[in-house]
Amino acid sequence: MNAGIVVEGLTKRFGSFTAVDNVSFTADEGKITALLGPSGSGKSTVLRVLAGLEAPDGGRIRVGDQEITATSVQDRRFGFVFQHYALFRHMTVADNVGFALSVRHEPKDVIRKRVTELLELVQLTPFAGRYPDQLSGGQRQRVALARALAAHPQVLLLDEPFGALDARVRQELRSWLDELHRELGVTSVLVTHDQEEALELAHRIVVMHRGQIQQVGSPLEIYSHPANPFVAGFVGSANVIRGVVMEGRVAFGAYSIGGADHLADGTVAHAFVRPHAVHVARIPMDTAKLPAHIERATNLGPMTKLHLQLADGQRVSAQVSSEESYGMTDGMDVFVDLREAKVFEEGEAIEVERVVRGDVRELIAS
Amino acid sequence: MSGQAAWTRPVLIGVAVGYVAILLLAPLAGIVATVASAGIGVVIDTVTAADVMHAFWLTAIITLLTVMVTGVFGIITALVLTRDRFVGRRLISGIVDLPLAVSPVIVGVMAVILFGRGGWLEPFFSERGIQVIFAVPSMALVTMFICIPFVIRELTPVLQELGTVEEDAARTLGASSIQAFFRVTLPNIRWALLYGIALTTARAMGEIGAVLIVSGAIQGQTETATLYIFRALEERQDASAYVVAVILALVSVVLLAGIEIAKQRQARLKERA
Repeated sequence: MNAGIVVEGLTKRFGSFTAVDNVSFTADEGKITALLGPSGSGKSTVLRVLAGLEAPDGGRIRVGDQEITATSVQDRRFGFVFQHYALFRHMTVADNVGFALSVRHEPKDVIRKRVTELLELVQLTPFAGRYPDQLSGGQRQRVALARALAAHPQVLLLDEPFGALDARVRQELRSWLDELHRELGVTSVLVTHDQEEALELAHRIVVMHRGQIQQVGSPLEIYSHPANPFVAGFVGSANVIRGVVMEGRVAFGAYSIGGADHLADGTVAHAFVRPHAVHVARIPMDTAKLPAHIERATNLGPMTKLHLQLADGQRVSAQVSSEESYGMTDGMDVFVDLREAKVFEEGEAIEVERVVRGDVRELIAS
Repeated sequence: MSGQAAWTRPVLIGVAVGYVAILLLAPLAGIVATVASAGIGVVIDTVTAADVMHAFWLTAIITLLTVMVTGVFGIITALVLTRDRFVGRRLISGIVDLPLAVSPVIVGVMAVILFGRGGWLEPFFSERGIQVIFAVPSMALVTMFICIPFVIRELTPVLQELGTVEEDAARTLGASSIQAFFRVTLPNIRWALLYGIALTTARAMGEIGAVLIVSGAIQGQTETATLYIFRALEERQDASAYVVAVILALVSVVLLAGIEIAKQRQARLKERA
C-alpha cells in the first residue's frame, strides 16, 4: 500500500542550534519529492527524522491517515538509502539485500526468492556472492537500493544517493533511478544539494536553507518563479545586476530592466538573470539594445558561454547557442537583452549571495 | 635518509636485532634448553604433580573469569565512551588506563585494604560467609582490575572509525537495537575484540604481583601457575619451575600468533569500509 507523507511543523534542535525550524510539506503518493538545499540547510536532518533515526522536538508526521511521529524506526519500515551506501561490509551482496527479511525471521526460501528478484531488478545477479568492497561505487549504491526495497517499504528515503559518485556514474544512475521509480511507484523523498538532480527527478521540490523552507513547488515553478533571492541564486545559475528602482524598472548606468513593479522608487535592488535568458546580438535591435563588450567567449560544443561587461562595468555571463554566437570573439562589442529578470531588494540579496558562495566553498572543501 | 652515511642503516638494524635477541630470545632459549636437558621424565613428573595441576587449573579459572568480565563490560564501556556524551566521559576515559600505570603490587595492597581483616568491605562479605581475601574471588578481582584497559583500548578506535551508519541502516531495515548489535556491530569489531581478549588472556595468565599479595600463595589452594614457579625456585626445584615456565611461555607464543592474525583481519575488515 502506498500513501503520501504529510509533515507538519517539524522542528529539530541540537543543543542551542535549530537544525530544522517549523518545516511543513507534503510528499505525494507514488512520486519523488526532493529536499534541495546547501549543506547544513537541515534537509538531511528532516530525512533522518522522517526515517525515525532522530526524534523531532516538535511537529507531526503522517503517512496516509496514520500518525507515525512516535513510531520507532524499525516499525516504520521505510527504505533508507545512505550517501555512503552503509552496506554491511562483512556480508555478501545477497545477505545485505536479504537483511530486512532475515531480521523478521522470514523463511529461508522466501528470502532467497526475494533476493534473486531484487538482484535482477538492480541488474547485479552475478554479484550475489561478492562483498561490498569488491564492487564499484555505482554497484554498491544499487545494492543499497535493493536492500532498502527488500521488505516492500511504503516509503523510500534517499539521502544524497549519488553524492559519493563521479559525474558520469551519477548521471547514469539518475536516469536508472528515474526509470526504476516509474516502474515501482513508491512514495520517495530525495535529499540533494544538486539542483539538476532535483529538477530532473522530482515531481515537487522543497527548497531549504538554514533549517527553513524557502519555497515549495514543481521544478518549473522553482526555476522560473523563485520566491526569494536565495532560491533564485541557488537553483540554476544566475547573474546578479545591481541597480536602483525607478518606475518599476531597475536602472543602472543609462539603462534599465523591468520586473521591479513590486518595489518602491529609490530602492537599491538586485536583478537575477539566468545566463540563458541573456540574449546577445551583433547589431542593436529593439529587443537587444544594451551595449556590452565580450571579455571572453568559451565554446562548450552546442552552447557558447560569453563573459560580458556591461556599459556601466557590471559583468554578466550569457549562455547562447553556438549558432547564435557564430563569429562572436573576444573583445567584440555586442548588444544584449536581459530577459525574465527576478528583482529583489538589495538587503536580502547581498546576504544570500554571501551564503551561497560560502556554501559552494564548503562543498569544494569537503 | 639521503644525508646518512652508508653504515648507519646496518648498524641500527644490528642494534635492533641484538636488543631483541639478547633481551627476549636468549632467556627463552635458556629455559627451553634447561628443560630439554632435564629430560622428558622431569616434564611428565612435573605436569602430573597434584599441586602443579591445581596451579594450572586455578590460572585457567581466573583467566577465564577475567576474560568474560572484562570482555562484556569492556564492550559496554567502549560503546558508551565512543557514542555517548556525558559529564565525566573524559575522566572515565582517562581512568580506564589507570591499571596500566599502577604497579600490580599496589593493586594487591588496595584489595587487602578493601577485603582484608578490618577492611572496609570485609564485614559485608564475612557476615555472608564469603571468603574474599586468600581465595579465588580476590585473585580474580585484582586480575580483572589489571586487565580492564585491554578490551576497551582495542575497541574504542575501531568503534570510532566504524561510526553508527551501518547500525542506522540495520535499524531502518527493521532490526532491533539488539539485532543491530549482534548482526552488524559485533561482526565488525570481532577481530579487535579477539585481539583485546588475547592481550587480556596473556596478561591474566602472567599476573603475579597482585595475586601474590591477595592470595597468600597457599600451596595446592591459592597457588596459580606463576606463584608455583615462584615457590619452586625458592625451594630449589629449578627444573619443575622451568617446565611450568616453558608451558606458560608456549601458551603466550600461541596467543601472540593469534593476536597477529586478529590484527591483520581487523585491518582487512577496515579496508572494506
